[in-house]
Amino acid sequence: MSENIKLMQGNEAIAEGAMIAGCDFFAGYPITPSSEVSEILAARLTKKGHIVIQMEDEIAALGAVLGAALGGAKALTATSGPGMSLKSEHIGYASMCEIPCVIVNVMRGGPSTGNPTLPSQADIMQAKWGTHGDHAIIAITPSSVNESFYETIRALNLAVKYRTPVLILTDEIIGHMREKVIIPEKDTLEIIDVKLPDVPPSEYKPYNYKSGKVTPLAPMGEGYRYHVTGLSHGETGFPSAKMEVIQDAQNWLIDKIYNNIKDIEKYEETMTEDADILIVAYGSVSRSAKAALSMARAAGIKAGLFRPITIWPFPEERIKELSKKIKKILVPEMNMGQIILEVQRAACNNIVKGLNIVSGEPITPDKIYLKIKEMM
Amino acid sequence: MDNITEIRFAGSGGQGLILVGIILAEAAAIYENKNAVQTQNYGPEARGGSSKSEVVISNEPIAYPKATSLDYMVALTQESFSKYACDLKDTGTIITDKELVTDFSAAKGKLYVIDMVKSAREELGKLLGLNVIALGALVEISGVVSKDSIEKALMKRVPKGFEDYNKKALEIGFRLGNEAKKN
Repeated sequence: MSENIKLMQGNEAIAEGAMIAGCDFFAGYPITPSSEVSEILAARLTKKGHIVIQMEDEIAALGAVLGAALGGAKALTATSGPGMSLKSEHIGYASMCEIPCVIVNVMRGGPSTGNPTLPSQADIMQAKWGTHGDHAIIAITPSSVNESFYETIRALNLAVKYRTPVLILTDEIIGHMREKVIIPEKDTLEIIDVKLPDVPPSEYKPYNYKSGKVTPLAPMGEGYRYHVTGLSHGETGFPSAKMEVIQDAQNWLIDKIYNNIKDIEKYEETMTEDADILIVAYGSVSRSAKAALSMARAAGIKAGLFRPITIWPFPEERIKELSKKIKKILVPEMNMGQIILEVQRAACNNIVKGLNIVSGEPITPDKIYLKIKEMM
Repeated sequence: MDNITEIRFAGSGGQGLILVGIILAEAAAIYENKNAVQTQNYGPEARGGSSKSEVVISNEPIAYPKATSLDYMVALTQESFSKYACDLKDTGTIITDKELVTDFSAAKGKLYVIDMVKSAREELGKLLGLNVIALGALVEISGVVSKDSIEKALMKRVPKGFEDYNKKALEIGFRLGNEAKKN
């Protein structure tokens, strides 16, 4: 038995993943079902001499994270639906100012206070559109405890690489269930660290909308001087109302994500090669879908599963491709129908149906199987 | 699907059922290198209210993490016994306590009604450890993990100074389970 095999909760795996990826700052405000992330990081990060702060509310928590990230920290916060609504303002600020950070949303039922101890997937569209204004976002939906560990590492990497907020969307089931994780040696992992600009401070420009390359964010206090504002800004960071600057900046915020979609997107396919019906499912529901897939195959129905791991940007090219030969698609979700809209758009000539259960009970494999049978 | 074993511990908040579910899952996942998933359901209260802790154990990867048709259930309140007995497979087994449950009209599968509370009171001097007695009885009756694995997993979770107390509780459970099997 190895010391590295552990049975842990999804929330614990997020904390472990954050620590191994070099997260050195956490600020949060406790909320079920995400509180274990802050509890564990409070106990463990501080032992390494890093900072953990419980702020007065969720907005301030993300504010602290953004301040820390501007100082060169790999910073993370964790929350659930109501906290996510509050953080939306600062998510826009992080997008606009291109500040790397990771925000974990362990989804629970909503709207408002909703159902704190019950799972949900109803914040998928909020993740994309929660803050005002045009921007692109990266969001990841792990479906196991092990994946929560690895995807947290990837989220921190992507945040630094693309200078963007990255959201991890799990749910109460994944966050609270315990499963086996084998903790790898750190040197076997790809970890992207914050690096200093390759120009001297006197030549440093924090923003560049034209080169197609992401400029490293110089940690404040290292001699690089620049301005940070949520107003439209030019290459020095000072506000600019020049029309071409505004347009270039908007294009850049979208392009830096979508032009690198091959690097950012991640999905898993199971038995899609010969499928007559495709299930598109993510997070905890994808596990029920996988079990339903086995039931369908055993009954002679050729079902396949497409599981987005990166949910935003949505892997629409691959769905489009699959939809050329698979004409029926089922999208089970613990919401009233959110990602189905993306699937319908990508597979516009197909029959796309949803299975939407929001009672707080997980969607069971037999409910998905029954729906598959109904569609065949 | 046959090598999947689904177990539920059901009772009220504060009985320590979530913890024994975790210990069982650790015994399977860490000490026997199987796949195990532990999940739970509970209300917002810290004590009281209904509580259930489920463990799914398999040699194969586990897709759906919750228990749907139970192989084993440990019920430590009348409410949980009556409410959840119907989730049992026809070939399943329920383990419950002689004092805590008296109405068996919902019973299904194989039923073991054993003196866990009485033994805790008489041999441990208090009810603290009832959850561990129930865990011992379950392991003895089901054989879902070895006695050695469950003891190792338990010892890793027990606070310092309480090792002997918990070992004793586990052995009471083994003994009660063994006696129940013989009857």
